[in-house]
Amino acid sequence: MTMVSPPRTERSTLAERLDLIVAPIFAVILAVIGGAVWLYSDIDDTTMAILAPEKIQNQMIQTLVLGFSSSALVILIAIPIGIAVTRKGLPRLKGFLVDTLGLAQALPAYGLIVLFFSWFGAGIGTVIIALATFSLLPVLRNTIVGLEQVDHAVIEAGRGMGYTRRQVLFQIELPLAVPVIIAGIRTAIVINIGMAALAFLIGGGGLGETINSGLKLDRNPAILIGAVLVAILALVFDFLSAVAQRYLKPKGM
Amino acid sequence: MSEPLIRLENVTKSYPGTEAPAVGNLTLDVYAGEVLVLVGPSGCGKSTTLRLINRLIEPTGGRIFLKGEDVTDIDSSQLRRKIGYVIQQVGLFPHRTIAENIATVPKLLGWDKATTTARVDEMLELVSMDPAVYRDRYPKELSGGQAQRVGVARALAADPDVLLMDEPFGAIDPITRDRLQNEFLRLQQDLKKTIVFVTHDIDEAIKMGNRIAILREGSEIAQIDTPEVILSDPADEFVENFLGSGAILKGLTLKKVRDIDLHDIPALEMPVMRDEALRVLEASPEKTAVLLDKDHKPLRWISEASLNRTTQPIEKSGKPITIDLQPEDTLQDALGVMLQSSVGMAVVVDRSGKYLGCCSIESLASLIISDGGGTPSS
Repeated sequence: MTMVSPPRTERSTLAERLDLIVAPIFAVILAVIGGAVWLYSDIDDTTMAILAPEKIQNQMIQTLVLGFSSSALVILIAIPIGIAVTRKGLPRLKGFLVDTLGLAQALPAYGLIVLFFSWFGAGIGTVIIALATFSLLPVLRNTIVGLEQVDHAVIEAGRGMGYTRRQVLFQIELPLAVPVIIAGIRTAIVINIGMAALAFLIGGGGLGETINSGLKLDRNPAILIGAVLVAILALVFDFLSAVAQRYLKPKGM
Repeated sequence: MSEPLIRLENVTKSYPGTEAPAVGNLTLDVYAGEVLVLVGPSGCGKSTTLRLINRLIEPTGGRIFLKGEDVTDIDSSQLRRKIGYVIQQVGLFPHRTIAENIATVPKLLGWDKATTTARVDEMLELVSMDPAVYRDRYPKELSGGQAQRVGVARALAADPDVLLMDEPFGAIDPITRDRLQNEFLRLQQDLKKTIVFVTHDIDEAIKMGNRIAILREGSEIAQIDTPEVILSDPADEFVENFLGSGAILKGLTLKKVRDIDLHDIPALEMPVMRDEALRVLEASPEKTAVLLDKDHKPLRWISEASLNRTTQPIEKSGKPITIDLQPEDTLQDALGVMLQSSVGMAVVVDRSGKYLGCCSIESLASLIISDGGGTPSS
């Protein structure tokens, strides 16, 4: 059986290439739509005031801060928990956690933000916690799946060679789980950037303010442009995560 | 015999919630330089026993000694770095190159870089893989057989005295398996490692083992002895059933072609005159001769009848010899060749392909009958 390894590499590069192409294409399409709205619709002074460059810039920065801090929080919480529950002795906790967090994701984000507002009050901190709760599951689930899909023979061989449990975790299991874990982080980042548009509800700022002002003042171009900007930001970060996913994947896989 | 290199003393492994222990009160000695094969039906606890030796499974009772030292309670990771370990699924680290895989234990032991690199290349050569070609490849680029070669190289990299092998060739196709087994036996002749080898395949056990321990449920030793003794004198019905039918045929793998008396079949060296050939054939009791080329390599079977039947040149009469044997081949190989051969005999040649003689089914049969599957050959 001279079983030559299947040409998996070729197929995955095709998939990866698509992965890297789709998000930019959508971002460009959205940018064109946004530009068309800006150029061809009736822009009055109120709309101009809503879309003032320094405002938009601030809101974008706020959105990014919200998206990143909530994602960082998720990574700091979900990965250690994912590691802990895949160790021996905690298998029951695993099911419980996945179920509970699934529930958190089933709640509407809107409701979740308001719920946290009633506990922690207004402000950016509350938004970050709410977003983190909402996007914890993909990272946690992918950490668990990523660690559990590591070939048991590889772990057994590592133990048999004389790796300690800690060495097996850091030198074998985690590197091999990286692609799956990053896929989860990517989902979380996109969720967080998108959901950050709801932060304005409880004084968290972000591009949601532009959309909200547009709604309140009945300025459709402002609503559209705000929405387009949120979507483009999410797509850009999806693209950047795809790039990261590609380069952080261990060689030989 | 001398002090055993590995000693399991009343070792027990039982799992909570199960009544019968997986390994019950097992005492087993493994001597330096031998290949001890643990063989038994599935679920008999042979793999568990193997993993008790390097304490991948912690015993619930008894003591384990390595070179006279009690290793039952020492740090198990440290212990395992001194013991090579090869498993059926190989378990190469997919994110590391072949060189990095082989360097695993040297790196754990803190060898310097130059020594490790040199050792990696040495190991690749040992398992017949070109370091320049394979050093920087990744495991997914290897075939099953190549992967297990690397697995063996990795296990041997830090030069452990002891090697534990859990069905190492079990997932490899029969042809490659046979080749790997032979190569491994040749390696072992030089390396003289102390090896505990687990298999469920009695034929592999007979081929690989200096001693075989046949285990029944709970890792209880039904019989432990050399393959020859087990084949000719099974301890009980369990062993007999496990050996299956045809123990004598299995015994053929234990003997080599050089153990039987070669049949004296006259050889005709090219160029040869027809008259001379006929004279030789007439004198030969089998009325058969082997035609050799000028380098003494066998070409064809020539019989008196075939020579008389045609007027063709002598190098075109008779039947071609397509397959030959060497003295190191087993009698099982020999039997196969003889059955395929058109004249019921097989030619034996030396390493350079020069004709040595022939062996026939009769000589094989007389050897089997004379000692009933008995004495070892090596």
